[in-house]
Amino acid sequence: MTALPLARPGGLGLLALLLLLAFTPPAQADAQAAQTHSAGSAEGIVSPLTDLIDDTADAATAHAGNRAIDASAPALVEGNEHTAAVPTAEEPGVSVAEVSIDERIRQLPHGSFNDRRAVAEELAMAGDPRVAGILTALADGRLLALDEPRARILIRDASGRLGRDAITGEPVSAELIAAGRRIPVHNPLRNTLRSLVAVATISDPAPERRATSLRRLLRDGVSPEMLDYLDARVEQETVPLVLDLLQTVRAMAHLESDYADQRLQAIEVLRGSLLAEVRVRLDAAAERDEDAAVRDSAAEAIDSIETRIAVYRFTENLFFGLSAGSVLLLAAIGLAITFGVMGVINMAHGELIMIGAYTTWFLQTLMPEALSASILLAIPAAFVVAGLVGIAMERGVIQFLYGRPLETLLATFGISLILQQAVRTLFSPLNRPVASPDWLSGSLYINPVLSLTWSRLYIVIFAILVFVALLLVMKKTSLGLKVRAVAQNRPMARALGVRTSWVDALTFGLGAGIAGVAGVALSQLTNVGPNMGQAYVIDSFMVVVFGGVGNLWGTLVGAMGLGMMTKFLEPHTGAVLAKILVLIFIILFIQRRPRGLFPKKGRAAEA
Amino acid sequence: MLTQRLFLSDWGGLTVLVLLLALMVAVPIANLVVPPDSPWHLSTYWVALLGKFLTFALLALSIDLIWGYAGILSLGHGAFFGLGGYAMGMHLTRQIGDRGVYGNPELPDFMVFLSYESLPWYWWGFDMFWFAMLMVVLVPGLLALVFGWLAFRSRVTGVYFAIITQALVFALMLAFFRNEMGFGGNNGLTDFKEILGFSVQARETRVGLFVISALAVILAYLAARFIVTSRFGRVLVAVRDAENRARFAGYRVEHYKLWLFVFSAMLAGIAGALYVPQVGIINPGEFSPLRSIEAVLWVAVGGRGSLFGAIIGAFAVNGAKTWFTTAYPEVWLFALGALFVLVTVFLPRGLVGLFRRRTREDQP
Repeated sequence: MTALPLARPGGLGLLALLLLLAFTPPAQADAQAAQTHSAGSAEGIVSPLTDLIDDTADAATAHAGNRAIDASAPALVEGNEHTAAVPTAEEPGVSVAEVSIDERIRQLPHGSFNDRRAVAEELAMAGDPRVAGILTALADGRLLALDEPRARILIRDASGRLGRDAITGEPVSAELIAAGRRIPVHNPLRNTLRSLVAVATISDPAPERRATSLRRLLRDGVSPEMLDYLDARVEQETVPLVLDLLQTVRAMAHLESDYADQRLQAIEVLRGSLLAEVRVRLDAAAERDEDAAVRDSAAEAIDSIETRIAVYRFTENLFFGLSAGSVLLLAAIGLAITFGVMGVINMAHGELIMIGAYTTWFLQTLMPEALSASILLAIPAAFVVAGLVGIAMERGVIQFLYGRPLETLLATFGISLILQQAVRTLFSPLNRPVASPDWLSGSLYINPVLSLTWSRLYIVIFAILVFVALLLVMKKTSLGLKVRAVAQNRPMARALGVRTSWVDALTFGLGAGIAGVAGVALSQLTNVGPNMGQAYVIDSFMVVVFGGVGNLWGTLVGAMGLGMMTKFLEPHTGAVLAKILVLIFIILFIQRRPRGLFPKKGRAAEA
Repeated sequence: MLTQRLFLSDWGGLTVLVLLLALMVAVPIANLVVPPDSPWHLSTYWVALLGKFLTFALLALSIDLIWGYAGILSLGHGAFFGLGGYAMGMHLTRQIGDRGVYGNPELPDFMVFLSYESLPWYWWGFDMFWFAMLMVVLVPGLLALVFGWLAFRSRVTGVYFAIITQALVFALMLAFFRNEMGFGGNNGLTDFKEILGFSVQARETRVGLFVISALAVILAYLAARFIVTSRFGRVLVAVRDAENRARFAGYRVEHYKLWLFVFSAMLAGIAGALYVPQVGIINPGEFSPLRSIEAVLWVAVGGRGSLFGAIIGAFAVNGAKTWFTTAYPEVWLFALGALFVLVTVFLPRGLVGLFRRRTREDQP
């Protein structure tokens, strides 16, 4: 017995095995012991079969002995309401709890580290909701034993002096906590405890927590005893994602099996997984497994996983590109009106976006408790505020500069400096914090390789909505008709009774308002500060020029094209170089097609 | 005849030339000869500041040459200015030798810090002054040649040209911010010790650089004046006013524009090279699109299409900037912004336009 193969560092000790087997019906003990040995053999320790038989026999004896002791246990439990909650029948991996969970908890302070480990393992698989907290406290050295006036187990809060009773959960006074003595743990035990906490959490009611604990087990590996417990969980698990993880954890453990066909089966299961740990383990199997069929199967599984990962990576890039393109579209679409339709080089465009973002921030500070409402309200508000600023700009400055595009550039640049400084003086030169509502944070988890951020998904949808709305305004409303008429032939439009100066002001207001709406969306993605506009103005111009001036569809294609290009370059070159390459591309592209992707068609030799 | 062309035909230009010459003589005397306690003494700070303004004037002159006379608005002239500055900065960095923090005689400090094994090939030769000076004009000139050839050949004009020059300078800024480029990344090149054996900190060197800058502006002005009064210059004005008509009249419009653009880029490169030893640092900030647009403003404020107006504009705007940023720092951007708006709306011909009668020749 002294040469027991399981006595490995950080693993299970002899006593642990004994105690564990003690609570396992003999029929299952065989299978379990077999797996225990296969786990051992994976580390290069092969145990003789005789040992196995001895172990099982000993375990059976011990089991019987424990049963005798346990029979008296319920009498010792005083006023325990948790006994009834202990799941028994649906957990075939764990023996019927003759000894209550409470009694086991009380055993924690006693005996050696190995005793403690054994008790902890048993507790972890009991499926009791209190266990995770107790084991965490034990690992952190916050689990205290109290002997006077009666034996109690206490949990000290992570914060310090206060605490609660581990069994009843009722708060206890600071004096009792101070009087409690820390239940000692050493590092190997602490490591085991971390895994055991994960095991205990597998039965947690919250699926996310179950998934987290399974991921932890996937990293730490699973002992054969835990494996049986996992087998039992398979039938109870209803959430597909967690079930997948559970199967993966089991298959990973089966991959350590002595039997080649079991390993092959495990590989079949793992073939569908995209997790990094699985990948590493399969690599090892493909290289080092003693069985050729297993090696081949593992290699094949890796191939299929790699193909799938490549597909998902591509999808991810596509999504990143789409969302980056949407950001560009939102930023540029207002400019497509002011620059594209009216021919005004509006360098203050970025500052109009900034005004929209500040409107969002301002509404949030007005109504801090209604986050979602403030964001939704910010959309029309930003449109109006930025639109009014735009109309003021047009009436105050730009109307004197029509036909001199290069001068509008200088004047609007001056306006942009004034607006920036105005924001700095009015609010602060520092960035303003803009909060995101819950439905905008977090991400849509699809698989380990691919998850889509909600905020970016919404940006894509929002950008398309804004685009469609603007397209409708331009094509279906009388304002849109007048705008197009003035853009095509100003004198003729005026001759037909269109008030061109009024149309100019409204068009510029529309473009500015759209920029403000873009600012609401961008406030959810980036910092809101006086300089935020500058980050977008150059990109916006690139998009409009690339797509073709005066063409909304060109702006859409241009934005998406540049967004995709940047995101597909980024993995290979890094963000900055990708941006430089895109800029060089645009410079070269303009040489080929000086009027953009979709040029305005006309007979005039000079635009 | 030539005197008539260069000097006498343009009284405003002549006045500015005389002022520059006076400055070139008066400033060294006021700094070096006049004793420090005299009210006529000019501190070295002022010498360096005026020297910096002179390099800005040279940059403005180069912009006015293409914008005012060929109608090419470049929002990326900072690219050429910065490249010239980096060429000079590289020479000065090589001159540091083993006096850097790490004391490595072969590699500049930042390369030791980034664990370079040896000097990158594009740094070769910059320890020689003549080579560095050649690069000051060659690198901006070549970039302008390639960029201009591509752009003018495909008839990229006006707004489109302005925007792609902005893309150019923006791309350069991003590139020079990268440490991998081997130009000192974010920090740029600084900590210069000496130029041609003279300490860059010394008063005499400052005055010397000031005089050279003034001389450069005067010579550049004369060269530009020579160009715009020549037949070549007449064609340029025709191109500016009616590009297609000039083309249909049989002129190879793109050649005229290209050579002027290259010359202008070289002037900007020289301006950058003179700027760096006087301010003691060159970093990627010089490539920021904002700087380039600001330089266009100097020309707009002074009055485009008059050459000397650009010099006046550079001095006026930068003088105002220096005064505002020390006296009322928050107000400066308001003032600069308002200047942009007021000048474009009310003074389309700049400050010069206030003093000059409208003549047909000057119609933009």
